[in-house]
Parts: sequence; C-alpha cells; structure tokens
Amino acid sequence: MSAPLRAGRPVWSGTTTAASALRGRRRIRWTANAALGVVGAAFVLPLLWLVFASLDAEAGHATRIPRQLSLANFAAVLTPDLLFVPLANSVLLAAGTAVVNLLAAVLAAYPLSRHPSRFTKPFMYSVLFGTSLPVTAIMVPVYGLFVQLNFLDSVPATIFFMATTTLPMAIWMTKNFMDSVPIEVEEAAWVDGASGLVALRTVVLPLMRQGLGVVFIFVFIQAWGNFFVPFILLLSPSKQPAAVSIFSFFGQHGAIAYGELAAFSILYSLPVLLLYMIVSRGSVQAFAMSGGMKG
Amino acid sequence: MLSPERRVSLGSRRPGVIRRRLRLLPVLPSVLLLALFLLAPVAWSFYASFTDVALSGKAARDPSWLGLDNYARMFSEPGFPLALWLTVVFVGASAIAGQNILGLVLALLMARGNRVLSRAVGVAVVAAWVLPEIVAAFAAYAYFSRDGTLNQLLGLAGAHGADWLYAFPMAAVVLANIWRGTAFSMLVYRAALADVPADIMEAALMDGAGGRQRLFFITLPMIRNSIAGNLMLITLQTLAVFTLIWVMTTGGPAGASTTLPVLAYQEAFKFGDIGYGTAVASVLIVVGMVFGVVYVRLLREAKQ
Repeated sequence: MSAPLRAGRPVWSGTTTAASALRGRRRIRWTANAALGVVGAAFVLPLLWLVFASLDAEAGHATRIPRQLSLANFAAVLTPDLLFVPLANSVLLAAGTAVVNLLAAVLAAYPLSRHPSRFTKPFMYSVLFGTSLPVTAIMVPVYGLFVQLNFLDSVPATIFFMATTTLPMAIWMTKNFMDSVPIEVEEAAWVDGASGLVALRTVVLPLMRQGLGVVFIFVFIQAWGNFFVPFILLLSPSKQPAAVSIFSFFGQHGAIAYGELAAFSILYSLPVLLLYMIVSRGSVQAFAMSGGMKG
Repeated sequence: MLSPERRVSLGSRRPGVIRRRLRLLPVLPSVLLLALFLLAPVAWSFYASFTDVALSGKAARDPSWLGLDNYARMFSEPGFPLALWLTVVFVGASAIAGQNILGLVLALLMARGNRVLSRAVGVAVVAAWVLPEIVAAFAAYAYFSRDGTLNQLLGLAGAHGADWLYAFPMAAVVLANIWRGTAFSMLVYRAALADVPADIMEAALMDGAGGRQRLFFITLPMIRNSIAGNLMLITLQTLAVFTLIWVMTTGGPAGASTTLPVLAYQEAFKFGDIGYGTAVASVLIVVGMVFGVVYVRLLREAKQ
C-alpha cells in the first residue's frame, strides 16, 4: 500500500506543493514508526520478564537484568517428574489429537470436495457453526458426560474430545486445500481402475501434503497449549500434560521459585514457537484465516 | 470399501442412489465424533440445567427435575447478573474495542512504517498470541503483580503503582487479553489491506482526498467484510477465555473478575452444583449460537 501512495503524484502540483507533500509523507512515516515502536515495546515487556527471570537464580516478579547469568533454573526443572513426563504427555496428547483430526478431516473432506451433493453445503455450514461453540462453556457438560461414560482420566477419550473441538476448523481447511488439487489428476487414476480412496491416498494426498502439514501443525499447537480441557478431564498427575503440571507447580512453589517457573515456561513454549515459524513461512494467511474467513 | 468392479456393477444395476450414498461414507467418522463430543454435551447441558445433578452425594446418582428453578436462581442471586455484566465488559473492552482497533491501527501503521521495524513489531505481537495460554497468563500475572514490571515502569516515571490484580482486576485482565489476542486481528487486517486495489487509492489521491477521508470513505468500507468477520471471531474467542482470568485472579477478589465461563466452572466444580453450572454454561452456549448463526449468514452473503 505504501508503494502506490508514493507513486501517486498529483499531476497538477507545482514544485511547492510537491515539496510540502513530501514533507507530509515523511512526517507520516516518522509518526508511524514512533507509534509502532511504542506498541512493540509494550508487547515485548511482559515477555522480557520471562526471559530474564529464567536466567536469574534469584528472580522475583520484577523485571531486571540478572546480576549473574545462571542456568540453575533450567537445571532445576530438567527432571523426569517436573519436565520430561509432563512434556511426553503433552506430545502424546497433541500428536494424538492432530492424527485423529487429520484422519477424520481427510476422510470427510474427500467426498465433500469430489462429490458435491445437496448435503455438502448444509453440512459445511453446520460444521462452520460448530466452530463458534465456546469450548469452555461445554466443559461442564463434557465432564458430566465423561463421568456417565466412565471416560474420566482416560487419555484416549481426552484425545478424541480435543480432536473434535478442532475438527470443524480442520475439515474446512482440509476441504479448501483439497479443492485446489485439480480433479483431472485424479481422473487418470480412476481410468486406471483405482477406487476413490486409493486415488485419494496415492494421488491427492501427496499433492496436498503442504496443506496437510499446516492443518497438522495448527491442531498440534492448539492441543499443546490447551490447559482447560486436560485440567478438567485428566486427574492423575502421571497423565497430565505440561500445561496442567506447570499450573500445579506454580500453585505449590510459585511464590518462591519464579525463576524455575519461567525456565519451565520457556522450555514448554519452544516447540510451538518453532512449529509456528515453520507454518508462518508463506502461509500465515492460511493460518489466520482458518476460521473460514476466505471460505 | 467396495472393490472397483463391484462398485461399477452395483452402480449400473441401480443407477446412482446407493452409490452416491456410499460415497458419503467417509464423512461418518467426523459426524460420529461431532455428535458424541459436541452435540451430546450441548444437549446434555440443556437437560442437566433443569435438574439438581451434583458432583457427589445423592443428587449425583439420582438427580431430580427442577424445571426452571436454576434459571430463576440466576436472577435472584447477585453472582450471575454480575458475571453477565463483567462478560459484556470483558468482550466489549478487550475484543471489540481493544484487539479490533489496535489490530487495525497496527496493520495501517505497518503499511506506512519502516519495513524492518514493522516486521519486528509483528513478531512481538504474534509471540504473545502463539505462546501457550498458560505461559501467557503467567507472564501477564507477573507483569501486573504488586512488584511487577508495570509498577516498576510507573516507579521510574515517579508515579505510585497499585496492586492491580486486587484493586483493578478487570482492567488487568482486559489489558492482558488485548496483549494476548491482538495478533489475530492484526493478521486479518494486514491481509485485508493488502487486497485493497492500489488503483482505487491512487484515484482517490488524485481527487485530492486526505488521509482521513481515504481511511473512512474508501479503506474501511472496502474491508467491511473482514471487519465483520473479525469482530465475530474475536467475540467468540473472548467469550470462551478462562485460563487467562483463572491464573491472574481466579475470578476474584470477591467475584470482581468472574466472567460467565469462570462462574460456570466455580459453580460446577468448586460448589459441586453441576445443575446450576450447566445452566450458566447453557446461557453461554446460546450466546455463542446466536453469534454463530450471524457469522454463518455473514460468510454466506460474502460468498454470494
């Protein structure tokens, strides 16, 4: 947008107006930069505490540059009970959720994309409607349901529930990605006698693997960061993911061990930051628009 | 699945119908998951809100029908009206005003500012959004606590800080949610602004339209679909915020930052009254559904 503004020189302007317009534009640019700097600083500040406190053996609430850089906090949390078991649980939950999601979404997207019928549109809009349910609102009834079905404290049941909460989004994204694979490639496979699902597996999926990667990572990030669902549905500490164990840790030791809390937070956040960097290359839009804004 | 030959013979004998139905079979796993884990809880929520089902004790095993008692209770106790009001404040201040306007302003500034600076600010804003919610909540808690960063800054400026989380809990959670969620609006508006055709801008500039006129009469009307969609999505996301508030204030002090999700959680799990908790949850679900219907309509119109 800045390019056309700069190019859009009024034809009738004499030298004086051109000069003042240039000054005006410089002023706008300078103001924009100053405002950006202020907002950026405001956004960085709360994160700065996290980084400084993790490297400071005597950290408190206050943000300060550590008197002595120390990895003691990281060393203190690098134990099986504190970090490795909860992280392994997080991996299991997040990867399990992403796999279930991807399988269900790909299977559903195939007929919706390739054999549109009069059910397709109503189905897609119901699914979209499903994305608007506030998940925290259904946690009380879900807890009741899990008690009735004896699902409480079950990792597989929790995985299936978490997969369902992101499934509407995943179906929309997957269908959009599949729509962009031309049907002609597939027809060749049909002529060779391959059935629909064989063509899906051998022809369509390989062509949309980037899109599938985006969906997988998107669901993985959501599940990895989810606190409320495992907090309600998983009771044994040995099954709880890092999001929940960090909360109990904070409740018990938070008042004294801020540095360790910060170190734990950073180690737990790194995987999703890395994954986000992978998807954001070129597909931030797909990521942000996943709500179906571009439908 | 059927083998190709069998499918062909089946299709040729009974043209179409069965084959077309069978084609829809792969949708089944998704439908089952959505029915069991989304539809059933919603239905159960509405049902349980008419009973006195409890977390433990006799009412857990054998709940009795209360009719509208739980809903009547909402308006006779001060807890619910307060939570409803605080939810409106939270959504209005942090999402509709805060995230939405700041996101738009950031997107506009980024289009005019220095490219390297814009990218750096974008990373900072997105980082707060990508972090796991519990980590973001801890960072916000430390920032607003009595000897936290905010009071340090105020101290540098010579002002006396406050104990924000106790004295002004709503202001603290609203600001924290703006910090946490603005990235989404920013990304939406950056994409929308990039789609505004350059020649229209140029024509307006030729006609001598000033910056403010271009913004209000050209840019904003052109991205109105994005604005509407963004408002719907961030409203729905903010309605569901629980972790941020729970970690920062646990809804306190004395319910001063208890929004509807926090109230539903407390009634159901702290006081063991699942019946009343589901009644609160049902209200939230209905609000979500209303927004959901509007959102779906909006998208359908945008596509047609």
